[in-house]
Amino acid sequence: MRIGVDVGGTNTDAVLMDGQVLKTSCKTPTSPDISGGIINAITSVLRSSGASPEAIKAVMIGTTQFTNAIIERRGLLPVGVIRLALPAARGAPPMTDWPSDIVDIIGRHSYMVKGGYEFDGREISPLDEKAVAQAANELRQRGIRAIAVSGVFSSIKADMEERAAEIVQEEIPDALITLSSRIGRIGLLERENAAIMNAALRDLSSRVVSSFKEALSRLRINAPFYISQNDGTLMNAEFVEKYPALTFASGPTNSMRGAAYLSGVDDALVADIGGTTTDIGMLVKGFPREATLEANIGGIRTNFRMPDIISIGLGGGSLVSTSDPCQIGPRSVGNRLTEAALVFGGDTLTVTDVAVAAGSIDIGQQNKVAHLPHLLIDSAIARLRSMLEEGIDRVKVSAEPLPLILVGGGATLLNWQINGTSGEIVPEHAGVANAIGASIAQVGGETDRIYSYQKLGRETALAEAKCQAVKTAVEAGAREDTVEIIDLEEVPLAYVPGNTVRLRAKAAGELAL
Amino acid sequence: MTALPVKNLKPARITVEDLKDLARGAAFLGTGGGGDPYLGRLMAENAIREFGMPEIISVDDLSDDAVVFAAAMVGAPTVMIEKCASGEDLELAVKRLGEITGRQPDVISSAEIGGANSLLPVIAAARLGLPLLDCDGMGRAFPEIQMVTFNIYGVSPTPAVVVNEHLETVVVETADPKRAEDIIRAVAIQMGLSVMFSAYSMTGREAKTTGVRGTLSIALDIGKTIRAGRKQGEPIRALLKYLRSTAYYKHCKVLSDGKIADLSRKTDKGWSIGHCVVSSLADPDNCLDITFRNEFLVARQNGRVVTIVPDMVCVVDSETAEPITVERLRYGQRVKVIGISCAPLLRTPEALSVVGPGEFGIDEPFQPIEEIHDDI
Repeated sequence: MRIGVDVGGTNTDAVLMDGQVLKTSCKTPTSPDISGGIINAITSVLRSSGASPEAIKAVMIGTTQFTNAIIERRGLLPVGVIRLALPAARGAPPMTDWPSDIVDIIGRHSYMVKGGYEFDGREISPLDEKAVAQAANELRQRGIRAIAVSGVFSSIKADMEERAAEIVQEEIPDALITLSSRIGRIGLLERENAAIMNAALRDLSSRVVSSFKEALSRLRINAPFYISQNDGTLMNAEFVEKYPALTFASGPTNSMRGAAYLSGVDDALVADIGGTTTDIGMLVKGFPREATLEANIGGIRTNFRMPDIISIGLGGGSLVSTSDPCQIGPRSVGNRLTEAALVFGGDTLTVTDVAVAAGSIDIGQQNKVAHLPHLLIDSAIARLRSMLEEGIDRVKVSAEPLPLILVGGGATLLNWQINGTSGEIVPEHAGVANAIGASIAQVGGETDRIYSYQKLGRETALAEAKCQAVKTAVEAGAREDTVEIIDLEEVPLAYVPGNTVRLRAKAAGELAL
Repeated sequence: MTALPVKNLKPARITVEDLKDLARGAAFLGTGGGGDPYLGRLMAENAIREFGMPEIISVDDLSDDAVVFAAAMVGAPTVMIEKCASGEDLELAVKRLGEITGRQPDVISSAEIGGANSLLPVIAAARLGLPLLDCDGMGRAFPEIQMVTFNIYGVSPTPAVVVNEHLETVVVETADPKRAEDIIRAVAIQMGLSVMFSAYSMTGREAKTTGVRGTLSIALDIGKTIRAGRKQGEPIRALLKYLRSTAYYKHCKVLSDGKIADLSRKTDKGWSIGHCVVSSLADPDNCLDITFRNEFLVARQNGRVVTIVPDMVCVVDSETAEPITVERLRYGQRVKVIGISCAPLLRTPEALSVVGPGEFGIDEPFQPIEEIHDDI
């Protein structure tokens, strides 16, 4: 058996899974120290299922802590940046275009040294090992041990970054080194930005990982635990300690993966309806479709794998106006729903009240909304429907109607026939889809390289990219017999003769337990 | 004492704040190509912070004997996002061209206002302390170095200087502009596929007769208009209103408001070739088919040409009016497609023999957008 946990801003949810079967679930308030909430949630599912801690083989946790740390600029280390590029890439030094408030915290400790590769793997310059050592030495004297190393085209060839890491480690024995080639794809600045953010999170990540460990040991659960990353795949604890930045945006991913699991549908639209907002995304083969535009985290440009979701100001607590035409949101009573909404004895008309009056759900005191005019209810529902339909329309990728899976705390609120879909599905346990998503996450591997079809031929290049992706997934802990290619993208390089293309392949498989 | 290269100097300078607007406006005029101007903007910001803001001078204020050089990047935009440029490389390209031609430049011009090449001349101008000419050689983006009005109306692209990050230089001299393109393309690959280039040395008089005037200002204004339009909630309407007030882009029309319903791409001879279909939201059977080769070239509505190169087809996000490049096209995107008249200098018989539909392998003849549509 395994446990999935979702640590959200308001609630910490836990589910107990036996294989692919959901045994029990629970929702508890998130505690300020995070671990307390996790302990409460896990204790609750263990107690209600009667399972013993020894029976738990793995714990999967989804968390927004690292994203929030970047957004709120807290718990970040000063970072030394060493870029292997000269004489290339001088025109845009590290942390160009970062908001100054976060640069003030991370510091201005950047070095550019000779090194880096051409698009086809030739060296731009041999690595200047002396300059790397010199930079590391200066950083050590300044007491900086979080180091980000980036290099031109390191996503194609990582040798120089790896050699630089060895040199830094010699100079700074307790250095916490992040290599850009390990967490990013093509696009030097974006990849380097990710490496710097990751380096800045290295202290928080060890604290978080050890507090998770401590929580589990207090619960007498000796199983390994994993943390989910933004593409719906898992990382083990050691990996998260090293690569906390890979958890950015894992929340929406988990809810979509959970929706796929709960409904048994792999190609669908998903709406995760919360108290204030609804996130809408699309499942392709059971995974969220990725965004193609650069993802911005706390004002910093990255090229992380992120789910392509849109957020609309519509949730269970959204305010409903009595004007004509009816207006809904974006303001919401938020977590005050159970005191403010009419059905709970409050004086604010919310989406929840409309749903109760319309008979879609039965919560609170129905007589408190009996006085609402039919015209108002009809107009509010029409508005809700059109908001949802508009959102769905923006997310959909083909005219083909797809099923819509509703999850989240407000899943049942909007369960009306929605145009552009082939029907709505509100699965059982829709409220804890996030935690389920974490519990069923897969282990993934990705490759992103430039190939010359003229040299290799298309078939060979495609096969090589797929093979590399599978290998990376297996290395990350996936069971080889379950690994599948889940994405393959072929982007021709404009303006380059010789059929040069950029191939991106992603593989994922079940965790080897 | 040397004679002033320009008369009636205007004090307009390009600021760091302007660069975001310029980048967005340039992406729009890139008609899907020209490379993403994001990195160009960052480098231009750094150059301006270090060396100061270049003056912008209008072509009218240029003296006839002023020396004008164009500066640009040649290669693959996807390689540039790894290697950036140093600024020194671009500066060296301009300086070497000065040595080779025996004339030092008085002003830097863009060869291509669409895409990243709108920003690189800002870097060259800032570093050299030279003014920036409010002008370019396309009024949009094209993929090859001879597809420039300077060439079309008699200015040779060569001698051309190509410089890489090692500050190695290659000088190309040939009488044939198309051969210049072929040679420079081959050199660029060997030099790492993201090289800086200075060429098209010409006089103020030549710039006046061969350049597409005012395009730097227009790109800036397009960016500003989209930004201001977003605040008011109607960026596309604001954009069209602005375009109609310009000399070149005044014939414009939303060709489709819809979704990318089909997208196919392939690489052939180094070009990103393909087409996408935008199906109208109001009437899904009403499809607009756009053919591209790095840039969008021709839009056909149910088989009938509605905009054709060198007139411009621009694809923008249907809500934010953010320009979408060919590389970022994605199945399912909600877009508006805008057809726009190009600068008149691109519509003459001489121009059409260099940048007309035939040069891109399109069989249909050029027809101005305002003659295709009655309602423009």
